[in-house]
Amino acid sequence: MSGQMELEFVQNFPCFSIMFCMFAGIISSAFKEKIARVLNIAVLTVNIILSAAVLLFTVRAGNYVYVMGKFPAPWGNELRIGVLEAGLALFFCVIMLLCLLGGRHKLVQEVEEGKQGLYYVLTDLMLSSLLALIYTNDLFTAYVFVEINTISACGLIMIRQNGRTIEAAVRYMIMSLLGSGLFLVGICMLYDLTGHLLMSNIQAEIGRIVAEGAYRPPLLVTIAIISVGLAIKSALFPFHAWLPDAYGYSTVSSAAVLSSLVSKGYIFLLFKIIYRVIGFDVFHDSKIVNMLFIFGLMGMVFGSLSAIKENDVRRMIAFSSVAQIGYIYMGIGMGTQVGMVASVFHVLSHAATKSLLFISAIGLTDVSGGSRKFIELTGSGYRNKCAGMAFSVGSLSMVGVPMFSGFISKLLFSQAAVQNEGKMLPTLIVLGISTILNAIYFMKTVIRIYTPVDDVEYPTVSWGENKIYAAVLLCFVALNVFLGICSQPIVDLIEKGLGMFA
Amino acid sequence: MRFMHYSEEEGCKVGANLLNNYGEAVAMVLFVIGFGNLMLQSNLIKKIIGLNIMDTAVYLFLAEKGYITGRAAPIVADGVQSAEAYINPVPSGLVLTGIVVSVSVSALMLSLTIRLYQRYHTLDLDEISLQLKKEGL
Repeated sequence: MSGQMELEFVQNFPCFSIMFCMFAGIISSAFKEKIARVLNIAVLTVNIILSAAVLLFTVRAGNYVYVMGKFPAPWGNELRIGVLEAGLALFFCVIMLLCLLGGRHKLVQEVEEGKQGLYYVLTDLMLSSLLALIYTNDLFTAYVFVEINTISACGLIMIRQNGRTIEAAVRYMIMSLLGSGLFLVGICMLYDLTGHLLMSNIQAEIGRIVAEGAYRPPLLVTIAIISVGLAIKSALFPFHAWLPDAYGYSTVSSAAVLSSLVSKGYIFLLFKIIYRVIGFDVFHDSKIVNMLFIFGLMGMVFGSLSAIKENDVRRMIAFSSVAQIGYIYMGIGMGTQVGMVASVFHVLSHAATKSLLFISAIGLTDVSGGSRKFIELTGSGYRNKCAGMAFSVGSLSMVGVPMFSGFISKLLFSQAAVQNEGKMLPTLIVLGISTILNAIYFMKTVIRIYTPVDDVEYPTVSWGENKIYAAVLLCFVALNVFLGICSQPIVDLIEKGLGMFA
Repeated sequence: MRFMHYSEEEGCKVGANLLNNYGEAVAMVLFVIGFGNLMLQSNLIKKIIGLNIMDTAVYLFLAEKGYITGRAAPIVADGVQSAEAYINPVPSGLVLTGIVVSVSVSALMLSLTIRLYQRYHTLDLDEISLQLKKEGL
C-alpha cells in the first residue's frame, strides 16, 4: 500500500479532516458566535463520520501512507494511517464533541460576551493539531503541531478571565515550552544522527546505526531528551505543578478537553516515537523505560495523596489526573507489548472517565451555590440526580469497579505486570496502594454528595431542565460502560494497531 | 546490544569530537542557560528572555549541523547546478519554521505578562501567586 497505487477516496479523509478543522478555525474567527458554534459542531460531526470511515477502511485493508504533495518519501511530507490512528481520531472527536456540548451552558456564563466565538476558533485549531499529531509521519510537522496545540490549550485555559486562570496559563506555557524545547532539540539531534525527518526513514537508519554499534551516547541522550520533553508536556509526576490550577479554574469544557485529550495527544506522540522512530527494541534496551516506570509509579501514589488532601472538588479531579497519567507511563515503562496495550487502553478509559467527572462535577457545584468546597456539596447528589449519578459512575470507574472501563485498564495493567518478572512486584504493590487511595478520595466524595441534609437552602434541578447536559452525561456513562463491557474487541483493535506500528 | 557500555577508546573519541564540534557544544551550553532561566527565574520578562535564548540555541545547533565547510548558501548562483557546491538546505528551512513558532509563542507569553502586570502590578511570578492566595479565589 504505497502512495503510487491508485488511491481510494476514503484514503483522503485523514487529510480532509485536518484541513476541515484548520479552515473552520480560520473562517470562524470572522463570523459571529452563533455561526462559529454551528460550524464547530458541524466540523466535529463530519470528522466523526470521516474517522469512522477511515477506521473501517483500515480494519479491512490495513495501514497505508498518504503522500502530501508531489514529493516522494525522503523529502516530502506524509501522513500514515493505521487502525490505532483512525480509532483514536474517532474517539478524540467524540469526546471533544461531548465535552463542548456538556460545558456549553457554563461557557455562556463564564466567558465574556463577544469572546465566546474565539473559544470555537481555539477548539477547531486544537482538534486540527490533535489530528495532525495522530496522523503525521514527519517529526518536524509533529513539532509544529505540538506548538499549535500548546498555544490553543493556553487560550482555552485563559478564556475565562480571572487572575487564577491567567497565572495558570502562564505556568502552563512555561512548563510546555520547557517540554517542547527539549523535544525540538531531540528532533534536531535525531536529524543529525540519521539525516531524515520522516519517521519510517529515521527508524531504518537507527536500526543500521544500532547494528553497527555507532553513536551510542548521542542516541541514548536523544531518546532521554525526547521522552522527558513529552513527559513534561503530558504532566508526568514531578512536572505536574501547573496542572491543578489549569484544570481547576478554567471553564469546564476546557478542563475536560485538556485532561482527556491534550495530554493524551502528547502521550500518543510518544507511542509513535517509541514504535515508529526509535524502534521498540532500541527504546527498551536504552533503559529510559525504567525511568518512565519509576516516575509513573511515583505519580500514581503522590497524585492520589495530593488529591486526598484537596478540599476543592475540581482540583481533586485534576490531581487524580496526575495519578492516571502515572498509570499510563507505568504501562509504557514496563517495556512489554502487553504493557503498551494496557497503556493505550488506559488512554481511552481515562479520557472517557475524566471528562465525565469534570462535567458532572459542574452540575453538583451549580446546585451548591457555585461553591466547590466539600462541605457545601453535601447532599448535592439529591439536588441534581443526573449529575450525581454520572459522578458516581465516574468515581466507580476510576476506582476500578467491574462493569466500568477503569476495571479493564487495571486488569490489563496487572496482567502485564504478571508477565514481567522484574517489575511484577513493584507494579502490583503500587497498583494496589493507588487503588486504595483512589477509593478513599472518590468514595469520600460520593458519600458526601449522597449524605442527606435537612435544611436545604439550594435549588433542586430535575433531569429535564438542561436536556443537552443530561444527554451528554448519559452518553459519557454509556461510553464508560461500553468500554468496560465490550473491552475485548477494543483490546484486539489496539493490538492490531500496535502490530501495524512496527 | 547494550547501550551503557563504554570502552576507554570511546571516551577519548567523545573528547575529540567535542573539540571538533565546538559550535554544537556552544549551542548546547546556550540551550542549558536558556532552559535554566526559563525554569528558575521568577521574573516573567527574564523567563521570556530565557525562552528566546533556548530557542536561538537550537537554531545555532541546526545551522552548525547544516553547514559544510567551503560550500555556498543553497541559492543557485552563476549557473552552478551541482549539489556538491551548496550546503544542506533542510536545516535552514527548519530554522525558519522554528523562528515562526518561537515568535508566536513569545508574543503569547508577552501578552499574558501584560495581563498579569495590569492586574497585580508586578512581574514576579511568586509574588503574583502570593497575591492570588490572599485573594482566595
